Amino acid sequence: MLQKAFYIVIKIVVLFLLGLNVRRKELLPSTGPAIVVANHNSHLDTMVLMALMPLSRLQDIKPVAAADYFFSSPLKAWLSKNILGIIPVERGGANKSNDPLKGCYDALSQGKVLVLFPEGSRGEPELMTDLKKGVSYLAERFPDAPTVPVFTHGLGKALPKGSFLLVPFFCDIFVGEPITWTGDRTQFMTTLKDRFNELSSEKNFAPWE
Amino acid sequence: MTLDTIHWVIIGIWGILALASVIVFAVAKRSDKDMSELVQRTQSWWVMVAIFTLAFLVSKTISIIVFALISFLALKEYFSMIPTRRTDRRVLFWAYLSIPVQYFWVYDSYYGMFAVFIPVYMFLFLPFASLLSQQTDGFLKSVGTLNWGLMLCVFSISHAAFLLILPPTPENMSGGAGLLLFLIFLTQFNDVAQYTWGKLFGRHKIIPGVSPNKTWEGFLGGVGTTFVLALLTAPLVTPFGMLHAAAAGLLIPVAGFVGDVTVSALKRDLGVKDTGSLIPGHGGILDRIDSLTFTAPLFFHFTRYFYY
Repeated sequence: MLQKAFYIVIKIVVLFLLGLNVRRKELLPSTGPAIVVANHNSHLDTMVLMALMPLSRLQDIKPVAAADYFFSSPLKAWLSKNILGIIPVERGGANKSNDPLKGCYDALSQGKVLVLFPEGSRGEPELMTDLKKGVSYLAERFPDAPTVPVFTHGLGKALPKGSFLLVPFFCDIFVGEPITWTGDRTQFMTTLKDRFNELSSEKNFAPWE
Repeated sequence: MTLDTIHWVIIGIWGILALASVIVFAVAKRSDKDMSELVQRTQSWWVMVAIFTLAFLVSKTISIIVFALISFLALKEYFSMIPTRRTDRRVLFWAYLSIPVQYFWVYDSYYGMFAVFIPVYMFLFLPFASLLSQQTDGFLKSVGTLNWGLMLCVFSISHAAFLLILPPTPENMSGGAGLLLFLIFLTQFNDVAQYTWGKLFGRHKIIPGVSPNKTWEGFLGGVGTTFVLALLTAPLVTPFGMLHAAAAGLLIPVAGFVGDVTVSALKRDLGVKDTGSLIPGHGGILDRIDSLTFTAPLFFHFTRYFYY
């Protein structure tokens, strides 16, 4: 209920203040299990991807986010849990005894749609960094779940890391063809990177230094 | 409710749109070429005319707000397609904030402030706001591009809204509303007329280095059609005598053409085809109002000089 109200407000903000140019929206998965993978530039990324989904499906869409950041204060933790519906992941947790991706596995086996940002951090706005391999583990465990790459541009200009001032820009959201599991993690990551490169070269973006 | 002349003019516009739609539909059905863009373009016209009619009939204030929103969308499109500096985020924010302020002067009929707020105060303030970041690399380019965008998208367009609050006169009972309708209708009609004449008879390119599809035939045909239409409609909604109607009938299509190719030059420099994708079939909002950025201030001052 609260979540719905929150996303109605977000939808209005996203559509009016920003304005989205979405290509191939129909490729976004409407049913789970599925994985939506996007580049990460801004807190707006999650908001925009969620705002693109129908309100009735919100409960089944789960953004995956860093536990150390989103659960760092009681208020953030409450928001993350109850409004955003986040699945927390421990960053740099590969050497710990319990699997950091456990929450993701559980959600996928319940037929949810995961939204994740394999760059791992928003980093410098509008610059893509290396993709973390975690997503390939998910694809291996759930070979039938399609992985849908989404390239976004402009959200990092509108609200970059470290800023609280939202400056309106039209943003581009390019949805790519889903990638299916072919049996090899390295190959999966290469395909994913290639797909992102294709999507990001679909348009010449205005320089922003 | 009694229908004023102005309502009949709006009904006339809907009639023209309906007729044009029938023609486009018939042509699209018979032609074996792909006409989907033209059909889409026509559909978008219905939406735009509907929004405009609604705003127009509800109230002046709503119409002013609609123009402010048009300025906002246009400026956002402009800022999204030009190169900008990360350090200027705050400056862009101030530029956006000037929109409600400028349209408040319109609402308030405060002509003195309306005329100087952007070309004087914002002109002086934006470079100051920009230098606060102490990043001088690209300072000149940034200040120049931001100011031009503000002039084009906000200052120019706000002149159309200012027409609205001009009072009725004995020669022109429909007042500013009639003048605005005259300006918008002729500007947009001229765009379509130049396009249509060019498509049908265009042979000699007029300015190929900027806009390869524009021809002398399109330009002259458009000017001629708009001129005749201006003579026919001026007595209904404006205080113009025949001489002034003729002058406005030339001013609007010629200025509209210049506005159109000015935005074309900008797009060509940036290497983009359309300024955006907001209006299906047309491109962005700047693609639609490019001619209005020139006709609105010129027509406003023409009218103000002779009649107000």
